[in-house]
Amino acid sequence: MTTTPSLTPPAPPQSPEERFQSLIGAGEKIEPRDWMPEAYRSTMIRQIAQHAHSEVIGQQPEGNWITRAPTLVRKAILIAKVQDEAGHGLYLYSAAETLGVSRHELTELLHAGRQKYSSIFNYPTLTWADIGCIGWLVDGAAITNQVMLSRTSYGPYARAMVKICKEESFHQRQGYEIMLSLVKGTEAQRAMAQDALNRWWWPSLVMFGPPDTDSPHTPESVAWGIKLETNDELRQRFIDTTVPQADHLGLTIPDPELRWNDERGHYDFGPIDWDDFWRVIKGDGPCNRERMAHKLAAWNEGAWVREAAQAHAAKRAARAAAEGTEHRRVHEGDVTTDETAGDQQ
Amino acid sequence: MSYHVPKAEGEIDPTFSGRATGGYPLWEVFIRAKRGLNHVHAGSIHAPDAETAVLAARDVYTRRSEGVSIWVVPSAQIHASDPDEADAFFDSDKPYRHPTFYEIPEEVGHM
Repeated sequence: MTTTPSLTPPAPPQSPEERFQSLIGAGEKIEPRDWMPEAYRSTMIRQIAQHAHSEVIGQQPEGNWITRAPTLVRKAILIAKVQDEAGHGLYLYSAAETLGVSRHELTELLHAGRQKYSSIFNYPTLTWADIGCIGWLVDGAAITNQVMLSRTSYGPYARAMVKICKEESFHQRQGYEIMLSLVKGTEAQRAMAQDALNRWWWPSLVMFGPPDTDSPHTPESVAWGIKLETNDELRQRFIDTTVPQADHLGLTIPDPELRWNDERGHYDFGPIDWDDFWRVIKGDGPCNRERMAHKLAAWNEGAWVREAAQAHAAKRAARAAAEGTEHRRVHEGDVTTDETAGDQQ
Repeated sequence: MSYHVPKAEGEIDPTFSGRATGGYPLWEVFIRAKRGLNHVHAGSIHAPDAETAVLAARDVYTRRSEGVSIWVVPSAQIHASDPDEADAFFDSDKPYRHPTFYEIPEEVGHM
């Protein structure tokens, strides 16, 4: 790649703050080793960590249906989707780690209840239609957020978002297809689809966060190019794209005040119950305790596996050092293995 | 999948240790998307050893046929230039190195 040749004199030296702000102003990315304000760093760590924790905890409501998926294909799809969520968590922890914090620390903070994950995962998945609604609505809302975040100012976070958005598209489409199958089914199946929509609609709208009037961090996040649109703008966009999809399914969105506003060019919608939102954030949602208990149990029960893997790696490294051999090396672009006699036992 | 969780009681910002305390070491992952292309940095992965890192990198970064070959390198082994010195470090004041510096009469044709 070449730069445009130019004979313009070099710009006068800038202070780190000036350079940071001018990079953001020019729409350039901030990269890991760049100078950045401490508040930018901590905001970024907090946001990416929460996002990562959400992906990891988000495996639970759907994992709940893997053994009960209605067909083998649906089961294979659900396993792939849940595996994607784990992968998304890992991309995000990697992005957070570029800011000087370790995944281990973040995991411990989550376990200690000192960092949060999205409240949407504190609602139960009662029927198969909930799996449809999670893909269609929850992942739909996530895509709306994440498309915006793929242009966020922190390079590693933006790149993780690009990759995640590609995969979320599969998630949303498979969810909508589950809903389509149900509404084409029996009366009981249609009722199941409507019931799931009734339960997931409002929590999905809440995913975008508090209204702009009550979201103190938004102006700073906008100035730093972290957020490019506000909570209310994203929420409105989600509603505008989702209502016609619900109409196509022949389902009714559980909001009597929902109607198209010709003047605004948007759907008007009824008030959101923010008290319920805060209750769930503070730990009193239907599944908060269950989600954390399950996460902790998985972590604690897996401890011996992590220890054994590390002991095995240390033993092999020591043996390789003693024998003067390298186990793996890159040669002509391919990873090859030097099998030592000891490896084959 | 959303991250807009307002700060709640008891929540804290993590401490910035600047190093991976506990857990597996970190590896940088490079993937060749298809034959004829370079390995390109894809991200990083925690794993106890190189062999496990390759397996984990396959699961995390190539679930949709994104690669035909994977390299992993201990992150601690990456040495990088200093971004604060980038302007002085990288040559950007020699426009005559570029073909567009030279004006060629139109009648000469494409060169």
